[in-house]
Amino acid sequence: MKKLLTGNEAIARGAYEAGCTVACAYPGTPSTEILENVSTYKEIYSEWSTNEKVALEVASGASIGGARSLVAMKHVGLNVAADPLFTMAYEGVNGGLVVITADEPGLHSSQNAQDNRLYAPHSKAALMEPSDSQECKDFVKYAFEISEQFDTPVIFRVTTRVCHSKGLVELGEREEVGIKEYSKNIRKYIMVPANSKAKQKEIEHDRIPSLRKYSNNTPLNRIEWGDKKIGIITSGISYLHAKEVFGDEASYLKIGFSYPLPDEMIKKFAKTVDKLYVIEESEPYIENFVKSLGIECIGKEFIPACGELSPEIIRNVLVKDEAKDVYKADIEVPSRPPALCAGCPHRGIFYEVSKLKDVVVTSDIGCYTLGMAPPLNVGDTVICMGAGISAGLGFEKAFKLAGVDKKVFGFVGDSTFFHSGMTGLVNAVYNKTNMVMVILDNRITAMTGHQQNPGTGKTLMGEVTEIVDIEAIVKAVGIKEENIRVVDPYKLEETKKAVKDAYEATEPFVIITKQPCALIKEVQRRRKNMYCEVVEDKCKKCKSCLKIGCPAISIRDNVVSIDRAQCNGCTICAQVCPFDAIERMGE
Amino acid sequence: MVKSLLLVGVGGQGTILVSKILSQGLIKEGYDVKMSEIHGMAQRGGSVTTQIRFGEKVYSPSIGTGEADVMIAFEKVEAARYLQQLKKGGRLIVNDVEMYPLPVLTGKEKYPNGVIEALKDEVENIKVINARKVAEELGEVKAQNIVMLGCLVKALELENIDWIELIKANLPEKLHEINIKAYESGLNL
Repeated sequence: MKKLLTGNEAIARGAYEAGCTVACAYPGTPSTEILENVSTYKEIYSEWSTNEKVALEVASGASIGGARSLVAMKHVGLNVAADPLFTMAYEGVNGGLVVITADEPGLHSSQNAQDNRLYAPHSKAALMEPSDSQECKDFVKYAFEISEQFDTPVIFRVTTRVCHSKGLVELGEREEVGIKEYSKNIRKYIMVPANSKAKQKEIEHDRIPSLRKYSNNTPLNRIEWGDKKIGIITSGISYLHAKEVFGDEASYLKIGFSYPLPDEMIKKFAKTVDKLYVIEESEPYIENFVKSLGIECIGKEFIPACGELSPEIIRNVLVKDEAKDVYKADIEVPSRPPALCAGCPHRGIFYEVSKLKDVVVTSDIGCYTLGMAPPLNVGDTVICMGAGISAGLGFEKAFKLAGVDKKVFGFVGDSTFFHSGMTGLVNAVYNKTNMVMVILDNRITAMTGHQQNPGTGKTLMGEVTEIVDIEAIVKAVGIKEENIRVVDPYKLEETKKAVKDAYEATEPFVIITKQPCALIKEVQRRRKNMYCEVVEDKCKKCKSCLKIGCPAISIRDNVVSIDRAQCNGCTICAQVCPFDAIERMGE
Repeated sequence: MVKSLLLVGVGGQGTILVSKILSQGLIKEGYDVKMSEIHGMAQRGGSVTTQIRFGEKVYSPSIGTGEADVMIAFEKVEAARYLQQLKKGGRLIVNDVEMYPLPVLTGKEKYPNGVIEALKDEVENIKVINARKVAEELGEVKAQNIVMLGCLVKALELENIDWIELIKANLPEKLHEINIKAYESGLNL
């Protein structure tokens, strides 16, 4: 049977068919749907882990315990999980271990771009790169086999356009492989220097040569002969783009198994073609290797290393760059950046903090990053998950040394708090500070599309579980009761008071805002008939309501109106209106 | 022969559902299909695009400048934003609705006047509809995406596929009636 699947759905299907029994992830675009789909197969234990490092550690333990294990994350997640990755590359596996990294060369929803293929030679783990949904499914099955055969984790690298493109996939049956027997083997699984040294040599002298031999012989790397005037070495989505441009007018060395790269195959291919192109997105990973073999090739001197590739770019740089006659509308098009939704519970606290002049705000990764946008303009830094708190502490120390009298507010979301905000909080308490830590608890992992987290009371598999209490943690690590405020950010008076107390505090201070994301289905149902309306004859067009940056409120032809379809009746606009010209309607 | 179809709109308008139903129908008809869309931050009220390519054999999911045979814009300024993607002589369907982006709402930028006129001046093969109005008249503004689907099916001459069955398969039962009506209204626009 054939089915139309995204790359992410196909990876999940591949895990199912391969007999995978344990899967973990922390959500992150473009990888999130992998675990969401894995969790629909009841044969696989699946979990949202608190962060990517934890996820890989859980998968590592499961692998050593004998289970075929998979872990998925976005590219920056692998930075977090790099620690266990590098050591697991030494220890090897028992049940197969597949580490999925979903890279974002186009930065559609990321703070940076990185080419995680480079992690493979660095860590000495094997590397695979599928091009489309069918390969996503098939390659996962190969990945588990390779992992077990060569005793190595396999890094499985996909990119946004592979993850989120749909293509037809031939489905297969699940192969039950069971859980392998575990036997204690401290030389393999306890990495103390003596054991590590032995492992290091074994990898260098045994694993890598064996893998290179495999790479030269596996069908995952294949040559498609076409016209031999042009030869193209390519991998991942770039293969499809290249095929689109050159069709049969070139020959291809299509690389699916890319660490170690197939040296013999590359030499043979290069010898047979007149001109050699290496077409790859991001870093010159293959190109540098080809050049290291003493083979001349054309690559990054023409093909951009920044952004996503496309057939159009390849055509323009390698075939001919001809100016196309295209349509253009003769109007100025306004920009349309993402914005906090109408009814977003983050708006209330951002609005109150936006009124403070001498503050610095260290923000974090999530929907609330958007607090930085006008008109709220709340945010000085966004670095990585957790830095909202820890970078804030650094700011506070630098200001103190410089004698600058500015208050630091650090923002993190609920899921970010569990991910790596907690360690920053402990650090801040331990090292003494007067900074304010704001934990935005909207009861879900929102930006990535509403995943459960330790604060929601539900697991990925839909089981009811303990709700990890943020306030209790805050108290437990040593924030004094009088320095904690738990507020409803839909209530501005309450929120304003908390911000004021925080601003004046001389000790570490925590504000927890509690109100669920406006897009949660139950919330939408509950608030379906609630909305706000402008009472026209009371409205003085002072535009105070526009300062909250709600996309439902607009002024056209000097009339302020609220789009009922978007509005959920949060009433923040009504609370900021000095003329009581906005009324809450409905129940 | 590969056809390229570009859907553009604003996050939250339901473009993803339309592209999902469309690609399912195209598969049923026996086409090879590649579809690509962007998730994540862009969807919080940002500008969104979905690319669908179908034919006997499709390699890349990407549509370049001047390569879309058909472009359907769920919001009119988005049609202008992505107009250079439309192939010369290609078909443009525009939903004549205005959604102000935040920089316009806050007065930093202006929402242009005369968008439809400017599009008409440039594109010969253009159809302007108001799917929101049609959906509102049917009693469910959220069904405007399915009105757009009907209109698109007609433009692609794919009426022979059983779209109603697919609409049912992708929506909860209580929404079937209204969305089937929305689809049929779109078809007849």
